[in-house]
Amino acid sequence: MRKLVIALFMAGAVALLAGCSTTGMVRVHPWERAALADPAMNPDRDPLDTAMMEHVFTSRETASGGRGVGGTGCGCN
Amino acid sequence: MNMPTLRRFSPFKGAWPKPEIVLATVVLFLGGGLARAEVKAGDIFPVLGATGLEGAVPETRGKVVLVDFWASWCAPCKASFPIYAKIDADYRARGLVVFAVSVDEKDSAYQSFVKKLAPPFAVARDGGQKLVREVSVPTMPTSYLIDRTGRVRFVHPGFHGAETEAEVRKEIATLLAEPASP
Repeated sequence: MRKLVIALFMAGAVALLAGCSTTGMVRVHPWERAALADPAMNPDRDPLDTAMMEHVFTSRETASGGRGVGGTGCGCN
Repeated sequence: MNMPTLRRFSPFKGAWPKPEIVLATVVLFLGGGLARAEVKAGDIFPVLGATGLEGAVPETRGKVVLVDFWASWCAPCKASFPIYAKIDADYRARGLVVFAVSVDEKDSAYQSFVKKLAPPFAVARDGGQKLVREVSVPTMPTSYLIDRTGRVRFVHPGFHGAETEAEVRKEIATLLAEPASP
Protein backbone atom coordinates (compact mmCIF):
# COMPACT_ATOMS: atom_id res chain seq x y z
CA MET A 1 0.00 0.00 0.00
CA ARG A 2 2.80 2.38 0.95
CA LYS A 3 4.57 1.68 -2.37
CA LEU A 4 1.39 2.45 -4.27
CA VAL A 5 1.02 5.79 -2.47
CA ILE A 6 4.65 6.65 -3.21
CA ALA A 7 4.23 5.68 -6.88
CA LEU A 8 1.08 7.81 -7.20
CA PHE A 9 2.76 10.72 -5.46
CA MET A 10 5.77 10.55 -7.78
CA ALA A 11 3.59 10.21 -10.88
CA GLY A 12 1.65 13.29 -9.79
CA ALA A 13 4.85 15.23 -9.14
CA VAL A 14 6.30 14.31 -12.53
CA ALA A 15 3.09 15.27 -14.32
CA LEU A 16 2.97 18.58 -12.45
CA LEU A 17 6.60 19.47 -13.18
CA ALA A 18 6.34 18.41 -16.82
CA GLY A 19 3.21 20.52 -17.15
CA CYS A 20 4.97 23.54 -15.65
CA SER A 21 7.95 23.23 -17.96
CA THR A 22 6.09 22.63 -21.22
CA THR A 23 4.24 25.93 -21.25
CA GLY A 24 3.09 25.18 -24.81
CA MET A 25 0.32 23.11 -23.30
CA VAL A 26 -1.43 26.20 -22.01
CA ARG A 27 0.13 29.14 -23.82
CA VAL A 28 -1.17 30.41 -27.16
CA HIS A 29 1.96 31.39 -29.07
CA PRO A 30 2.17 34.84 -30.68
CA TRP A 31 1.88 33.36 -34.19
CA GLU A 32 -1.23 31.36 -33.29
CA ARG A 33 -3.47 34.30 -32.37
CA ALA A 34 -5.28 34.80 -35.67
CA ALA A 35 -8.60 33.65 -34.22
CA LEU A 36 -8.12 35.74 -31.07
CA ALA A 37 -7.40 38.82 -33.22
CA ASP A 38 -10.62 38.42 -35.15
CA PRO A 39 -12.96 41.45 -34.79
CA ALA A 40 -15.67 39.02 -33.66
CA MET A 41 -13.67 38.53 -30.46
CA ASN A 42 -14.04 42.21 -29.57
CA PRO A 43 -16.80 42.60 -26.97
CA ASP A 44 -17.30 46.26 -28.03
CA ARG A 45 -17.59 45.62 -31.77
CA ASP A 46 -21.10 47.13 -31.96
CA PRO A 47 -20.94 50.84 -30.94
CA LEU A 48 -24.74 51.11 -30.57
CA ASP A 49 -24.90 48.08 -28.30
CA THR A 50 -21.96 49.38 -26.28
CA ALA A 51 -23.63 52.78 -25.84
CA MET A 52 -26.86 51.14 -24.70
CA MET A 53 -25.07 48.89 -22.21
CA GLU A 54 -23.16 51.90 -20.86
CA HIS A 55 -26.43 53.77 -20.44
CA VAL A 56 -28.06 50.89 -18.57
CA PHE A 57 -25.00 50.40 -16.40
CA THR A 58 -24.80 54.13 -15.56
CA SER A 59 -28.52 54.25 -14.69
CA ARG A 60 -28.47 51.22 -12.46
CA GLU A 61 -25.10 51.64 -10.81
CA THR A 62 -24.82 55.46 -10.83
CA ALA A 63 -21.32 54.92 -12.13
CA SER A 64 -19.65 54.74 -15.51
CA GLY A 65 -16.38 53.66 -17.12
CA GLY A 66 -13.97 50.98 -16.04
CA ARG A 67 -15.19 48.51 -18.62
CA GLY A 68 -11.78 47.04 -19.33
CA VAL A 69 -9.56 47.51 -22.32
CA GLY A 70 -10.52 47.83 -25.96
CA GLY A 71 -9.47 45.74 -28.89
CA THR A 72 -9.14 42.04 -29.40
CA GLY A 73 -6.74 39.35 -28.33
CA CYS A 74 -3.90 39.78 -30.81
CA GLY A 75 -1.47 40.64 -28.02
CA CYS A 76 0.81 42.28 -30.58
CA ASN A 77 3.77 44.48 -29.70
CA MET B 1 0.60 22.41 14.19
CA ASN B 2 4.12 21.08 14.60
CA MET B 3 6.60 19.18 12.47
CA PRO B 4 6.12 15.69 13.94
CA THR B 5 2.39 15.93 13.05
CA LEU B 6 3.22 16.84 9.43
CA ARG B 7 5.85 14.12 9.16
CA ARG B 8 3.30 11.50 10.10
CA PHE B 9 1.43 12.16 6.81
CA SER B 10 4.52 12.03 4.59
CA PRO B 11 4.22 9.23 1.99
CA PHE B 12 7.96 8.58 2.07
CA LYS B 13 8.30 7.73 5.79
CA GLY B 14 12.05 7.98 5.57
CA ALA B 15 12.38 6.04 2.28
CA TRP B 16 13.37 8.50 -0.43
CA PRO B 17 12.55 7.87 -4.13
CA LYS B 18 15.07 6.10 -6.32
CA PRO B 19 17.73 8.32 -7.98
CA GLU B 20 16.61 7.38 -11.50
CA ILE B 21 13.10 8.68 -10.76
CA VAL B 22 14.49 11.96 -9.47
CA LEU B 23 16.76 12.22 -12.54
CA ALA B 24 13.86 11.56 -14.93
CA THR B 25 11.84 14.29 -13.24
CA VAL B 26 14.67 16.82 -13.56
CA VAL B 27 15.26 15.91 -17.25
CA LEU B 28 11.56 16.32 -18.03
CA PHE B 29 11.47 19.68 -16.28
CA LEU B 30 14.57 21.10 -17.96
CA GLY B 31 13.90 19.48 -21.36
CA GLY B 32 10.54 21.19 -21.74
CA GLY B 33 12.12 24.60 -21.30
CA LEU B 34 15.02 23.95 -23.66
CA ALA B 35 12.77 22.69 -26.46
CA ARG B 36 11.25 26.14 -26.85
CA ALA B 37 14.42 28.21 -26.93
CA GLU B 38 14.06 31.46 -28.86
CA VAL B 39 16.54 32.50 -31.50
CA LYS B 40 18.48 35.35 -29.94
CA ALA B 41 21.29 37.72 -30.88
CA GLY B 42 24.44 35.67 -31.47
CA ASP B 43 22.60 32.58 -32.77
CA ILE B 44 22.79 31.31 -36.34
CA PHE B 45 19.47 31.93 -38.08
CA PRO B 46 17.79 28.86 -39.62
CA VAL B 47 18.36 28.34 -43.36
CA LEU B 48 15.44 30.11 -45.01
CA GLY B 49 15.26 27.82 -48.03
CA ALA B 50 14.94 24.69 -45.92
CA THR B 51 11.76 25.51 -44.06
CA GLY B 52 9.13 25.02 -46.76
CA LEU B 53 8.18 28.67 -47.22
CA GLU B 54 5.55 29.39 -49.87
CA GLY B 55 7.01 32.05 -52.14
CA ALA B 56 10.40 32.95 -53.55
CA VAL B 57 13.20 33.07 -51.01
CA PRO B 58 15.71 35.79 -51.95
CA GLU B 59 19.44 35.17 -52.28
CA THR B 60 20.95 36.16 -48.95
CA ARG B 61 24.50 34.79 -49.19
CA GLY B 62 26.98 37.42 -48.03
CA LYS B 63 24.27 40.03 -47.46
CA VAL B 64 22.81 41.76 -44.46
CA VAL B 65 19.27 40.41 -44.02
CA LEU B 66 16.28 41.81 -42.21
CA VAL B 67 13.76 39.02 -41.61
CA ASP B 68 10.41 40.28 -40.40
CA PHE B 69 7.70 37.95 -39.11
CA TRP B 70 4.24 39.39 -39.70
CA ALA B 71 0.58 38.44 -40.03
CA SER B 72 -2.41 39.98 -41.76
CA TRP B 73 -4.29 40.12 -38.45
CA CYS B 74 -1.53 42.10 -36.70
CA ALA B 75 -1.99 45.90 -36.74
CA PRO B 76 1.64 46.87 -35.94
CA CYS B 77 2.74 44.62 -38.83
CA LYS B 78 0.64 46.72 -41.19
CA ALA B 79 2.22 49.89 -39.81
CA SER B 80 5.71 48.47 -40.26
CA PHE B 81 5.45 47.72 -44.00
CA PRO B 82 5.78 51.31 -45.30
CA ILE B 83 8.79 51.83 -43.03
CA TYR B 84 10.49 48.64 -44.22
CA ALA B 85 9.73 49.72 -47.81
CA LYS B 86 11.66 52.96 -47.20
CA ILE B 87 14.51 51.07 -45.54
CA ASP B 88 14.61 48.64 -48.46
CA ALA B 89 14.82 51.53 -50.93
CA ASP B 90 17.59 53.23 -48.96
CA TYR B 91 19.85 50.22 -48.34
CA ARG B 92 19.15 47.63 -51.04
CA ALA B 93 21.94 48.86 -53.29
CA ARG B 94 24.42 48.64 -50.41
CA GLY B 95 23.65 44.95 -49.75
CA LEU B 96 20.55 44.77 -47.56
CA VAL B 97 17.82 42.18 -48.18
CA VAL B 98 14.46 42.75 -46.53
CA PHE B 99 12.45 39.54 -46.30
CA ALA B 100 8.99 39.53 -44.73
CA VAL B 101 7.66 36.15 -43.65
CA SER B 102 3.95 35.84 -43.05
CA VAL B 103 2.69 33.38 -40.44
CA ASP B 104 -0.85 33.47 -41.85
CA GLU B 105 -2.47 30.07 -41.99
CA LYS B 106 -5.06 31.33 -44.51
CA ASP B 107 -3.61 31.96 -47.94
CA SER B 108 -6.49 34.29 -48.86
CA ALA B 109 -5.71 36.60 -45.92
CA TYR B 110 -2.04 36.64 -46.91
CA GLN B 111 -2.77 37.35 -50.58
CA SER B 112 -5.20 40.13 -49.72
CA PHE B 113 -2.71 41.83 -47.40
CA VAL B 114 0.12 41.63 -49.94
CA LYS B 115 -2.11 42.91 -52.74
CA LYS B 116 -3.26 45.86 -50.63
CA LEU B 117 0.15 46.97 -49.37
CA ALA B 118 2.22 45.88 -52.41
CA PRO B 119 5.57 45.66 -50.61
CA PRO B 120 8.64 46.26 -52.82
CA PHE B 121 10.66 43.71 -50.81
CA ALA B 122 10.45 39.91 -50.84
CA VAL B 123 7.56 38.25 -49.02
CA ALA B 124 6.70 34.61 -48.42
CA ARG B 125 4.24 32.65 -46.33
CA ASP B 126 5.14 30.23 -43.59
CA GLY B 127 1.77 28.51 -43.89
CA GLY B 128 2.82 25.47 -41.88
CA GLN B 129 4.39 27.80 -39.26
CA LYS B 130 7.52 25.67 -39.30
CA LEU B 131 10.06 28.50 -39.45
CA VAL B 132 8.30 30.70 -36.90
CA ARG B 133 8.08 27.74 -34.54
CA GLU B 134 11.78 27.08 -34.99
CA VAL B 135 12.64 30.73 -34.36
CA SER B 136 10.00 31.00 -31.63
CA VAL B 137 9.27 34.71 -31.99
CA PRO B 138 8.48 36.40 -28.68
CA THR B 139 5.72 38.62 -30.10
CA MET B 140 4.13 39.73 -33.37
CA PRO B 141 5.74 41.32 -35.26
CA THR B 142 9.39 40.51 -34.59
CA SER B 143 12.29 41.37 -36.88
CA TYR B 144 15.78 39.87 -36.93
CA LEU B 145 18.84 41.61 -38.32
CA ILE B 146 21.29 39.04 -39.61
CA ASP B 147 24.87 39.86 -40.55
CA ARG B 148 26.74 38.74 -43.67
CA THR B 149 27.83 35.50 -41.97
CA GLY B 150 24.26 34.42 -41.17
CA ARG B 151 24.41 35.25 -37.48
CA VAL B 152 21.56 37.10 -35.76
CA ARG B 153 22.91 40.37 -34.41
CA PHE B 154 19.82 42.31 -33.38
CA VAL B 155 16.26 41.32 -32.49
CA HIS B 156 13.31 43.72 -32.46
CA PRO B 157 10.25 42.32 -30.70
CA GLY B 158 7.25 44.42 -31.72
CA PHE B 159 7.19 47.50 -33.93
CA HIS B 160 7.20 50.94 -32.30
CA GLY B 161 7.14 53.34 -35.25
CA ALA B 162 9.88 55.94 -35.52
CA GLU B 163 11.72 54.53 -32.51
CA THR B 164 12.12 51.11 -34.13
CA GLU B 165 12.96 52.68 -37.49
CA ALA B 166 15.79 54.76 -36.00
CA GLU B 167 17.25 51.74 -34.19
CA VAL B 168 17.02 49.49 -37.25
CA ARG B 169 18.64 52.07 -39.53
CA LYS B 170 21.53 52.54 -37.12
CA GLU B 171 22.05 48.77 -36.82
CA ILE B 172 21.83 48.20 -40.58
CA ALA B 173 24.50 50.85 -41.14
CA THR B 174 26.72 49.08 -38.60
CA LEU B 175 26.28 45.67 -40.25
CA LEU B 176 26.73 46.99 -43.78
CA ALA B 177 30.02 48.56 -42.74
CA GLU B 178 31.38 45.19 -41.62
CA PRO B 179 33.43 43.13 -44.11
CA ALA B 180 31.80 40.14 -45.84
CA SER B 181 34.22 37.60 -44.31
CA PRO B 182 36.02 38.02 -40.97
